[in-house]
Amino acid sequence: MQSEFLFFMQFFLTGLSMGSIYALVALGFVLIYKSTSILNLAQGEFLMVGAYICLSMTLDFGLNFIASFLLTMVFSVILGLAVERLALRPLIGEPIISVIMVTLGLTYILRGLVIMLWGNDIRQFNIFPQMPLDLWGVKIAYLYVWSMGISLVLLIFFAVFFKFARTGVFMRAVADHQTAAQSMGISVKRVFAISWCIAAVVSSIGGILIGNIGGVGVELSHFGLKVLPAVIFGGLDSILGAIIGGLVVGVLEFLSAGYLDPFIPALNEVFPFIVLVLVLMIKPYGLFGIEEIERV
Amino acid sequence: MPAGLYHENYRSDERIFQTWFVRTWLIVFLILCAVLPLFVSKYMISILIEAGIAIIACHGLNLLTGFTGQISLGHAAFMGVGAYACSILIGQAGVPFIVALPAAGIITAMVGMVFGVPSLRLRGLYLAMATIAAQFIIEFVIRRWDKLTGGVEGMYVDPGTLGPLQFNHHIHLYYLTFVLAVAATMVTKNIIRSRSGRAFVAIRDRYLAAEVIGVHVFKYRLMSFAVSSFFAGIAGALLAQYLEVITHESFTIMQSVDYLAMCIIGGLGHIVGAIFGVAFWFILERLLEIVTTTLNSNFPDHITWFVSIREIVFGLVIILFLIFEPDGLAARWRSIRAYWKLWPFSY
Repeated sequence: MQSEFLFFMQFFLTGLSMGSIYALVALGFVLIYKSTSILNLAQGEFLMVGAYICLSMTLDFGLNFIASFLLTMVFSVILGLAVERLALRPLIGEPIISVIMVTLGLTYILRGLVIMLWGNDIRQFNIFPQMPLDLWGVKIAYLYVWSMGISLVLLIFFAVFFKFARTGVFMRAVADHQTAAQSMGISVKRVFAISWCIAAVVSSIGGILIGNIGGVGVELSHFGLKVLPAVIFGGLDSILGAIIGGLVVGVLEFLSAGYLDPFIPALNEVFPFIVLVLVLMIKPYGLFGIEEIERV
Repeated sequence: MPAGLYHENYRSDERIFQTWFVRTWLIVFLILCAVLPLFVSKYMISILIEAGIAIIACHGLNLLTGFTGQISLGHAAFMGVGAYACSILIGQAGVPFIVALPAAGIITAMVGMVFGVPSLRLRGLYLAMATIAAQFIIEFVIRRWDKLTGGVEGMYVDPGTLGPLQFNHHIHLYYLTFVLAVAATMVTKNIIRSRSGRAFVAIRDRYLAAEVIGVHVFKYRLMSFAVSSFFAGIAGALLAQYLEVITHESFTIMQSVDYLAMCIIGGLGHIVGAIFGVAFWFILERLLEIVTTTLNSNFPDHITWFVSIREIVFGLVIILFLIFEPDGLAARWRSIRAYWKLWPFSY
């Protein structure tokens, strides 16, 4: 009984910390969707670029981890601004397929740039201690604890930001009703730009955390798509939903790895997507998403 | 409308190729395609086969995304289903190729319909996400169902035979692909002219209005998924014949995005769009290859440059097309043709 509980907790806690990273990246998705109605399929590439920049600052230029982390953030802001200004702004009002396809075109460019600059190899950070932390018998790598901590701090920060900060309120206003917000004197364009910046920043933080766990490679970009189930689970336009969805999907992924592996090996690779299909079939707008009601 | 063209009955108004000029040039083009393998190198033939396969796949995707308005990001996975179905039927069940090829199409159509069921409730973004899920689930099944598919190591494909034709010879495969690509074009064109095709377009343009005037939206959406997947299955089966060894890596989401990009560059919702898009894509790829081989001989250290330059250029092409020519090459082609037809007396 005791050991069974430990087994459960082991996977549960690992899942929770992975889920907090999912939640962070999902937050990026939701932010962009909420204010601009764009589903940014290049999120995974944002994440990969962030991880690569931080890695090469630390390893190739020998910078202190904190310094390279901050520099990466600066770069992410620039990337977010550039993408919004150059690629997405000309497409305001175009059909969904064009907008999706532009973000997919971005994935090509970012991937190409990363391969050109850093090559194809997977590299390791090796910053956090390898020894796992022992929590009453549950062993968890320091890395996971750190990821969970950083993600939680950021999530709380953004929750407060949207509730109280002026810009946060602007962003909610634009998400709620663009024209009304504009007539109140809020610059919609600025809000769009800020959403892209924040999305780029949170996903590169996610990328750095993930890169610490599994190494930095081009495969990191798939992580962006793996977050989709979390986003849908919580509802595409709900920040709370993104956080809960991320945690739930992370926990489900690791629990399925723990309990279903003997039956179907490596099921956890697609388990989030199976959840995605089920959610789409049962409750397409997620837990907290706003249902689109159509009237003729 | 060209001068001197008038119709006396509906039959002539509904003709696909309305003037003798178009018909003649079409026949010339088809004859050219048929004799082309006699003059070009083996390498060119293999590229032409790839392009033909891509045309079949793009017609399917265009039908689903361009005409019915359902974004699919899982087309390559459906091709994978067709590829494995056909190869398993030939290799392990000993079914002759002529049966296995349509059977692969039908199996893929059924799989496509399963993943089309969410379209009952979903549209737009949400449906796109359902197809992404389909992509990953199918890829997973291919990777993990070792007994049937050979898992990550992949699988040897037994060459199909059809009478005297053996499809491990690329010339023979070229003719098969050519015939099927022409057939796919004709089938798509005729579907679009039919009741179902008009239903597809009505659903794309305004599905609520379509439902009100009596179009069974779900039925036609499912049908569109089925036909599109059937095409994907046939294309996949041909691709398996061409590649001779198939792994899950030939059918990833990147390929799905590639096919969607070809359709968009060519022009979604135009029959010629699929052909133009594929042609543009393959020509650009060859040009880039020439550029990068010369670059590589000058800078041998940067062997990965080809991959990255290819990615960057294609990404730029996609974005620039979407910003400056969202209707694709087909629309440009139409406006150029209209210009020349009326030149120098355009209104």
